Amino acid sequence: MSIEIEGISKSFGTFAALKNVSLKVPSGELVALLGPSGSGKTSLLRIIAGLESPDSGRILFDGEEATKRQVQERQVGFVFQHYALFRHMTVFDNIAFGLTVKPKKSRPGKAEIRDKVHNLLKLIQLENLADRYPAQLSGGQRQRVALARALAVEPQVLLLDEPFGALDAKVRLELRRWLRRLHDEIHVTSVFVTHDQEEALEVADRIVVMNEGRIEQEGTPSEVYDRPATPFVYDFLGSVNLFHGRVHEGTAQMAGLDLSSPENASAQHAPAVGYVRSHDIAIERDGNGSGAIKAEVRYLLSVGPLVRVDLVLSGSDRTIEAELPRDEADRLQLQVGEQVYARPRKMRVFVEDYQI
Amino acid sequence: MVGNGLHKKERKGATVTEPAWVRWLLISVALAFLALFLVLPLAAVFTQALEKGWEAYLAALTEPDTISAIRLTLITAAVCVPLNLFFGIVAAWAIAKFSFPGKSFLITLIDLPFSVSPVVSGLIYVLIFGLQGWLGPRLQEHDIKIIFAVPGIILATIFVTFPFIARELIPLMEAQGREEEEAALTLGASGLQTFLRVTFPNIKWGILYGVILCNARAMGEFGAVSVVSGHVRGSTNTIPLQVEILYNEYSYAAAFAVASLLALLALVTLAVKTVSEWKMQQTITAAETER
Repeated sequence: MSIEIEGISKSFGTFAALKNVSLKVPSGELVALLGPSGSGKTSLLRIIAGLESPDSGRILFDGEEATKRQVQERQVGFVFQHYALFRHMTVFDNIAFGLTVKPKKSRPGKAEIRDKVHNLLKLIQLENLADRYPAQLSGGQRQRVALARALAVEPQVLLLDEPFGALDAKVRLELRRWLRRLHDEIHVTSVFVTHDQEEALEVADRIVVMNEGRIEQEGTPSEVYDRPATPFVYDFLGSVNLFHGRVHEGTAQMAGLDLSSPENASAQHAPAVGYVRSHDIAIERDGNGSGAIKAEVRYLLSVGPLVRVDLVLSGSDRTIEAELPRDEADRLQLQVGEQVYARPRKMRVFVEDYQI
Repeated sequence: MVGNGLHKKERKGATVTEPAWVRWLLISVALAFLALFLVLPLAAVFTQALEKGWEAYLAALTEPDTISAIRLTLITAAVCVPLNLFFGIVAAWAIAKFSFPGKSFLITLIDLPFSVSPVVSGLIYVLIFGLQGWLGPRLQEHDIKIIFAVPGIILATIFVTFPFIARELIPLMEAQGREEEEAALTLGASGLQTFLRVTFPNIKWGILYGVILCNARAMGEFGAVSVVSGHVRGSTNTIPLQVEILYNEYSYAAAFAVASLLALLALVTLAVKTVSEWKMQQTITAAETER
């Protein structure tokens, strides 16, 4: 089922959580709503579910108006960050709940319910734990039960609110890969909320980046990551360095470098900000040719397969951060205090007044 | 009564630093205090009641005025407890699961009967419904008696026992949040199904605890009831009022016999309270570990 959101606004008291948000989720896609806390992503998800009602705007399911529909009629599966399992029921009863509350005439028989729950238990790989209570399960297991419970009623849409937010890093990684595979199998239209960019980039077909109640950008993970539409998106997705300078007719001057910036061809001596991702900065020993900035190594830190290098630009006290693969760093044999050249491989320039 | 749950949790986490003799001293002081002020009087009630033997004890309890007092007490509790149960669940639900303007004012209002002397609450009803009161003359025209009659006793008891159930349920329901209910709704459950199958099982021990406290107070209330009852023998006397009358008439054995009923009620209340408190603590802990 496709979801269309048209001009949704929502305020809580004086706080405007959503400001005229419009969005289309095509049928069968897995979409991530990505943003910092307070960006309105959870409110949007709860409005789609019918757990909150918008102040204005419409929601359409498969082209049909659904704004006024009750939660129960929307046929959405909702997965909560803290699982929200029924604590007094066993895993089996939790998963069966949605089937057992159906009105008599559409309620499946006992045997049918049992088969269905067992199939779902197989799907979430917890067949042996049907008689356990939620308190006896680990976080990852609970979230899988919550997912099975939501899937039991065969929802038209699956909504997940920070589904992996309360889990340890390792379980989180496993579970999000599992969710991706599950989605490839069952193809139910899914929207999940996260503040973890890595999670969104890895799991989603499309990413919707939200900030302060508005959509900043939407697109495939590579579109959003490689071509951020706004400074906010640049900043939010991955670590980034800022350069201040000016841009004039497609050429930006930043930190003593002339860089081409074709998207700002019409700019006239405009103040601008350049964004360079940490892994888009190359470090060189000799500054042959142009396009490199003289800098001093201030600090070195190995983080797993990467080495983070803090550099201080010569002639100023501005620091920038570069990330090198481990073997590259080993080859360079960098020392703290050493003079090197930093070459931005890719820079995105935004004219300053574009900033929000 | 209300903050007991918290108490227990703190104790669990605390490390013992006092030397053994201090601990033993504190424990024995507490026990001695309990023995002196609780166990001794309780024992005295029963020994006094049985002083003249079982037959006199039973005779005192089966005396017509006493039986009428017992009946009135049971009727009062049977009306007050369900009403306050309903009110308590509704209020706790509203406070714990929704946010609305005036919420903290409502919480304060619920606490009001705790902070007002029962005698004053009785007087308020006399002021409203009494012959000289605001509604008195009109009520008399229609021949409706509230003060010095059963309705007055029930009203005063409802007022006094008003907070017990709501006060038990509010913290419990707040600790549990509303996600489980929301989950039930998204799964297609109706409001009633959600309450019966999700909310109620989570709060049933809290409800039992509140009901038992409410009941104990409804049966044992003296001050407010004394003001509105009029002390008509065999008609508007509840058990506590009957005890007072017997005592004032120097029929000590009979007074203690009737009082022993209330003491027994207290013991039963204590037992049920302990069990339900323990069960409730378990559900709260479960709610917290799930977070």
